[in-house]
Amino acid sequence: MRGHLPVLPLLLTLVGAMATPIVALVAPRAASGLAVGAAAAAALAALGGLADVLVAGPRRYALGGWPGPWGIELVLDPLSGFVGVVVAGVGTAALLAGAGGARRVYGDAAPTFHALALVALTGYLGIVASGDLFNVFVFLEIAAISSYALVASGGGPGLVAAFRYAVLGTVGASFYLLGVALLYALTGSLNMADLAARLPALAQSPLLTGGAALIVVGLAIKMALFPLHGWLPDAYTHAPSPVTALLPAVGTKAAAYALARILLSVLGGGDLPLAMLLAWTGAVAVVVGGVLAARQQDARRLLAYSSVSQMGYIAIGLGLAGTSALAGAYLHMLGHALAKGALFIGVGALLLAGRRPALAALGLGPRQPVLGACLVVAALSMVGVPPALGFFSKWYLLEGAVAAGQPGLVGAILLGSLLALVYMYRLTGAVWFGESGALPVAATPRPVLAVLVVLAVATLGLGLVSGPLVDRILIPAAVLTTAAAGP
Amino acid sequence: MIERHESVVVTTFVRVLVPLAQLFGLYVLVHGHESPGGGFQAGVILGASYILVALALGREALEERVNERACVALAAGGVLLYVATGAVGFAGTAFLDYAALPGPGSPVRARWLGILLIEIGVALAVAATLVLIFCRLAARDAET
Repeated sequence: MRGHLPVLPLLLTLVGAMATPIVALVAPRAASGLAVGAAAAAALAALGGLADVLVAGPRRYALGGWPGPWGIELVLDPLSGFVGVVVAGVGTAALLAGAGGARRVYGDAAPTFHALALVALTGYLGIVASGDLFNVFVFLEIAAISSYALVASGGGPGLVAAFRYAVLGTVGASFYLLGVALLYALTGSLNMADLAARLPALAQSPLLTGGAALIVVGLAIKMALFPLHGWLPDAYTHAPSPVTALLPAVGTKAAAYALARILLSVLGGGDLPLAMLLAWTGAVAVVVGGVLAARQQDARRLLAYSSVSQMGYIAIGLGLAGTSALAGAYLHMLGHALAKGALFIGVGALLLAGRRPALAALGLGPRQPVLGACLVVAALSMVGVPPALGFFSKWYLLEGAVAAGQPGLVGAILLGSLLALVYMYRLTGAVWFGESGALPVAATPRPVLAVLVVLAVATLGLGLVSGPLVDRILIPAAVLTTAAAGP
Repeated sequence: MIERHESVVVTTFVRVLVPLAQLFGLYVLVHGHESPGGGFQAGVILGASYILVALALGREALEERVNERACVALAAGGVLLYVATGAVGFAGTAFLDYAALPGPGSPVRARWLGILLIEIGVALAVAATLVLIFCRLAARDAET
């Protein structure tokens, strides 16, 4: 079965997504368990895939036995293996933590939520696995359409947010598809490896410039890169709690992965003026997102704007395109997925326990120390305090910015950490010391606490082993993306 | 509100047309991989035939003929048939490698069969999903 590891994670989530509504017809409670089990199986398969890459090297998987560039290829290499583990692992944690909340929010329709969430995960895992530009589009849309439905599933203001998300998401997808069409017109190929081999000879073509710009703008909308983040704050603020546990943690990461893969290894990003533009846009995103987050009064909106800021860090790393900057960007995908997942799960638990989302009403005091402590650990990672993962990812980014001789970017990275300190203190301070701390609040369910502890421990533990993680997996991933970009 | 159409001409014509449309849907399905057509198109024709029943004979007539729970099962089951057919390829080179399908005849024959099975899965999923979407929207329409 080892040869089939590239396709297994997304097949497992797809089978889970389709089996869940069927099982729900006869045994609704078992269906939710089945969905979480399918996600966990996909996470294990992704982990197996990553281990296999480390032992046996990258794999190219030809669907149907038709090899590229004619057939559709999946690619399993250090980068896609790593991001696959991030998406499937954090996705499983989010589904597990959201299972109880889903029964509260959706009632009898909870299995439908789980099926939709698994379809979204299938899309994200497909983006990560695909070695073909058009297939990335198909999986982007699978993920996006299920995300629109998930954001809308709570009704109320979520419907408006979902409509806005759908409009902007479709614009992003259209830009991407148009860019792919231009590249196809230029080369007659959609296979990433094939394109990477053909494009250097066509570097002067205006079609390449136009296609690259359209693809980058389309994916920047999908990853909510400032100033194209318009859909994100409302979507993450008004979606139901089980949804906000999943989408903010994994959704934007898959788009960022697609941008890294296509910009760096297909378009030869390091040499394009586009890359520096991306890095500086990221720097502006870090600062503006941080300032906006620090001004919010609603906990979920604060976290949403902090996502805008943190995605800026990833854009800086991708734009700099040096080895340590890329390793930092990839490590930041993991660090941010864990921390943001934990923060949204924690805040979602407080909301389900009867609290309103305003910061002034979130006070918990010392009564649930485990929940409070996990939130603090995640917040420290967002700020970048050692030994949390966020420190190391920002360290590698700083190293990359210094190596590239960009003091402005260094300043933005540091300023972003300072702003994160402000907005994260506003959240955790409100939880620990808020005046509403004496009001009654229902106990947090055990599975939610367990997931929070796992995410917090992973944030600290993976931070401690981030050296080997970077050396064994992320540096090869960074070298792979930059080497393929070379002449 | 979707009700039975008043005109005898419409209701009678639909009673004649629907079985023919479904027969044509099946034709498009089984010839899809050799001539224009295929699973999606067949699914749309089959789904549309049921929606035509509702539009001409009323929503109750549709509810007599289809069951929403069965539609959910068929919609998801169609995709599962697709995945199961593709997974047979694990015995060969890769997912969706139909040449690995068991049975008499050459690999070409096995691929022919594999494509047919996939098209059947697609047709089931598309037809059931279309009917489900129509049923849910019509039910909301009836509530207001």
